[in-house]
Amino acid sequence: MTEPLLAERFVLEEVVHEPLPPEKRRFRSRLLGLWAVLVYAWLFAPIVVVVIFSFNDPAGKFNTAWNEFTLDNWADPFQRQDYTEAFLTSLKVAAVACLVATVFGGLMALATSRYEFRGKGLVNIILVLPLTTREIVMGSSLFTLFFARNASLGFTTVVIAHILFCLSFVALTVQARVRGFDWSLEDAAMDLGSSPWRTFRTVTFPLILPGIAAAGLLSFALSIDDYIITSFVAGDGTTTFPMRIFNANKTELPPQINVLASMILLVTVGLMGIGAWRTLKRNAAAS
Amino acid sequence: MASETSLRQGRKAPYALLSPGMLWLILFFLVPMWTLLRIALSEKPNAFLPDYELTWRWANFSDAVDRFQPELVRSFAYAGIATLLCIAIGYPLAYFLAFKAGRWRSLLLGLIMVPFFTSFLIRTIAWQTILGQEGPALGLLRALSLVSVTDAIGLTRDGAFLNTPQAVVGGLTYNFVPFMILPIYVSLEKIDARLMDAAQDLYSTPAAAFRKIVLPLSLPGVFAGTLLTFIPAAGDYINAELLGNVKTGMIGSQIAKLFLKESNYPEAAALSFIFMAIITAGVLIYAKLLGTEELAA
Repeated sequence: MTEPLLAERFVLEEVVHEPLPPEKRRFRSRLLGLWAVLVYAWLFAPIVVVVIFSFNDPAGKFNTAWNEFTLDNWADPFQRQDYTEAFLTSLKVAAVACLVATVFGGLMALATSRYEFRGKGLVNIILVLPLTTREIVMGSSLFTLFFARNASLGFTTVVIAHILFCLSFVALTVQARVRGFDWSLEDAAMDLGSSPWRTFRTVTFPLILPGIAAAGLLSFALSIDDYIITSFVAGDGTTTFPMRIFNANKTELPPQINVLASMILLVTVGLMGIGAWRTLKRNAAAS
Repeated sequence: MASETSLRQGRKAPYALLSPGMLWLILFFLVPMWTLLRIALSEKPNAFLPDYELTWRWANFSDAVDRFQPELVRSFAYAGIATLLCIAIGYPLAYFLAFKAGRWRSLLLGLIMVPFFTSFLIRTIAWQTILGQEGPALGLLRALSLVSVTDAIGLTRDGAFLNTPQAVVGGLTYNFVPFMILPIYVSLEKIDARLMDAAQDLYSTPAAAFRKIVLPLSLPGVFAGTLLTFIPAAGDYINAELLGNVKTGMIGSQIAKLFLKESNYPEAAALSFIFMAIITAGVLIYAKLLGTEELAA
């Protein structure tokens, strides 16, 4: 669709009108702005509630009605050992899954974006497939695999599953970031006498690092948040933080959940903030 | 600066780089899909033994459809309504971000992603708090004596938000709306502002300019956003479990229950495949209707 064509459509089809008076225009802008305020309030309402209720001293087992302000929950966030253990399990799973997925996915992205080779189309299709597969299907297929192989469910199977669903995200994120990168820079480095390893370390790696970091953060967030797939492959012995919360939801809701959730929020928002600040600084330096 | 010629012809290196990741995808994605299909066509010859026998029992599929038709219909209906709500809520916001947000744009865009980085589960539980019997939403309605009004228009049921289909659809809308806003924003942002100036110069009303320029050019974003919200919403069951009642169960919770509680693996596997098939068929029909041009964009 080209621009003149669109403009022509106007002349041909549209009745000619006087332009809108400015005050009416401003009114429309205000209306949109008001809508944006409402949508943001709606988007953030649950998060605000989570943080506020982390300072609540609930009357019963459910931290759902405001009772009294307290700092006790923050003073002792690890008071409930079952939740703390589940939280630590989640952190461990996320750390291992994120590390392995970032390395494996990063290598795959390097291969698909840097080289021309036979079977590249197929590789790209296999990379996208897990993203289009629903969690429930991925969880049940892994469950049948482990069942058919008589594998006992636990920490290892959870990590295997988490690496799997992070892998494609990492590969595609890094791929998107290095698209358009001029690989002949590497040749230049080598022509100037740099060894392949040194070339990778000083030229290639710094260029793909932002993509790798973004992908790593994303996979950590995906891993620590997953309930559906994990519930299929965790078995009885391993409980992650989301599983613990989901299983307990009908019987209790201690305020420690809010404290731990607020901590995750602080860390991820902090990391996002650092990322944004670095980008701003780089852009400022570039211009 | 990018050129196809800077890509290397690889002999061994690309395969070496790919091998660990590909091995993982083959072992834990492609092979399990195959096992899932085998189980879906199997039978349990002896109720007391854990073994399944591949008997090509296609009836597993029809049994599953017969038994879980309400859940299947409900999943797609809820996801469909939630997707429409996401468009209604997300489109004006994306428009605001693309054209009116000015220097606040990147900050506001980043803020959309913040809820995404807090736990899905905890956000949904927070809605339990907000919408609960003692929560602020009902408190506000009671203070304004509007409960009978919201009951009448179907927003609440018997003076309660929770444990209703409305709450489930609301939860789905909330959880997936960022996936609608961002693609629409991307397609709106690409629109050349000069087109709108041109429309204005030619005395078009803003409404006509929107209808003839902005809307058609943003359709690829709406298309992508619809896929990104509808598919995960149809597969989700956390919202249905936490905000709904026994009559709002979606297909995901049935699959999970069959696998993890009833240990009826063949029917559960068959149900997974039916769900996947409906989604795939739906996406293909949708792509056909909207044309491959939009899909490519």
